[in-house]
Amino acid sequence: MEQWLSLFEGFKYNLILFFVTILCAVPLGLLITFCSMSKFKPLSFVSKVFVWIIRGTPLMLQLFVIYYAPGILFNTPMRSRLIAAIIAFIVNYASYFSEIYRGGIEGIPKGQYEAGQVLGLTKTQVFTKVVLFQVIKRIVPPMGNEIMTLVKDTSLARIIGVGEIMMSAERFSKEGLIWPLFSTGLFFLAMCGILTILFGKLEKKLDYYKS
Amino acid sequence: MAILEVRDLYKSFGKTEVLKGINFSMEKGEIIAVLGSSGSGKTTLLRCINFLETATSGKVFADGECILDASDKKKIPAAEMRRRQLNFGLVFQSFNLFPQYNVLENVTLAPKLLARENPDFKQRKRELFAGIEDNARELLSRVGLSDKLDNYPCELSGGQQQRVSISRALALDPKILFFDEPTSALDPELTNEILKVIKDLAQKHMTMVIVTHEIEFARNVADRIIFMNEGKVLEDGTPEEVIEHPKNERTKAFLSKML
Ligand SMILES: Nc1ncnc2c1ncn2[C@@H]1O[C@H](COP(=O)(O)OP(=O)(O)OP(=O)(O)O)[C@@H](O)[C@H]1O
Ligand SMILES: [Mg+2]
Repeated sequence: MEQWLSLFEGFKYNLILFFVTILCAVPLGLLITFCSMSKFKPLSFVSKVFVWIIRGTPLMLQLFVIYYAPGILFNTPMRSRLIAAIIAFIVNYASYFSEIYRGGIEGIPKGQYEAGQVLGLTKTQVFTKVVLFQVIKRIVPPMGNEIMTLVKDTSLARIIGVGEIMMSAERFSKEGLIWPLFSTGLFFLAMCGILTILFGKLEKKLDYYKS
Repeated sequence: MAILEVRDLYKSFGKTEVLKGINFSMEKGEIIAVLGSSGSGKTTLLRCINFLETATSGKVFADGECILDASDKKKIPAAEMRRRQLNFGLVFQSFNLFPQYNVLENVTLAPKLLARENPDFKQRKRELFAGIEDNARELLSRVGLSDKLDNYPCELSGGQQQRVSISRALALDPKILFFDEPTSALDPELTNEILKVIKDLAQKHMTMVIVTHEIEFARNVADRIIFMNEGKVLEDGTPEEVIEHPKNERTKAFLSKML
């Protein structure tokens, strides 16, 4: 019982990481998308390089860098492991989301923008009233996949010592107990199961038209 | 006064010059059919007039007002651009309906957004929207789509989609309606239903410019035919003049191929 409690304690961190990351990375990703699609070349170049670096290096490395770099380089150590992990996850996932958004936006036929323009819509109205919804419909399936990966990735926070569920389970295996380690799988499975159902429902809702 | 005047319109894409000095004008209520072989620049002409491409040089006047002057590089405010845009309506070859909205919403979307700019929009919202919806229903019933108001574009045939897109353009009450090959994405059986809609509009004296490959239709409906070749207007006259007695060898060759 005490072991279950300890696993729940640990999983609390995974949940915090998960929800805070979603909450911040979803809008931050959109901001990055707008930057990388900007007509102002330096801005789009910088954000494309940024996304390339973040997507091209392991999240584990990013966790280490964000946790240790402030202390080593600027002599101002990260106070909280959890905050370091949250920052790393937000930046990493925002980059992945931004590429999904970009794909979604670029996949909208030019004719949709042109129809909006000749009907006298403003650029903002074309985006909010015509394009946005179609983009959402397109990105829901890949976002679902990415968010499922995030659930499992939260366990990576363990490597900078965030006391998440893996760390809790690991302690027991050092005492010779293997089942808590297996049990952690149940938490992830449950979470992914719930998300699969939610995303399935959402996709069905958006399926009232074919584009 | 001419409702549309196009003066010395040029358009290049990089090094390729597509429009090489287009000149024509039309009166209110007139119907012009634009013919020409593939690649002669018909679509580009419509797109330049409708601000979807920036002309390299030349001018366009609507109702006497200069709405496009390619030599004037001053940036025109977005609101002013939209006001100019709304002089015209454009029906696309590929319909370009908004897939997430049903038929009625497709037709009412733009007028409703435009109504928001009324100074007394807040007080009169209900009344304005009701008027817009009534008008949309009326337009859709004229093209025989009264029973499809709640359907989504993906549930309609190509011909029905094109009728919705014509209604959508008409809902903004444009001075001139442009069509870019409105039937070429359709099966032959469906072509006739669109041609019939355009004939109805002609009877109501809608001013129209129709790019088409349907020569018979052009002859029957248009007051004037413009024949384009390699970015220039080669013929401009009544159907009788252009189709029966073309002056230019190119026109003859084109017509003999088509008829
Ligand atoms: N965006 C573009 N960039 C480069 N070239 C273009 C572009 N749009 C059109 N062109 C070229 O301009 C020429 C005229 O094209 P346009 O589409 O206006 O012809 P059209 O008369 O409408 O032909 P069709 O009957 O096949 O529709 C073509 O040679 C085409 O390749
Ligand atoms: Mg064309």
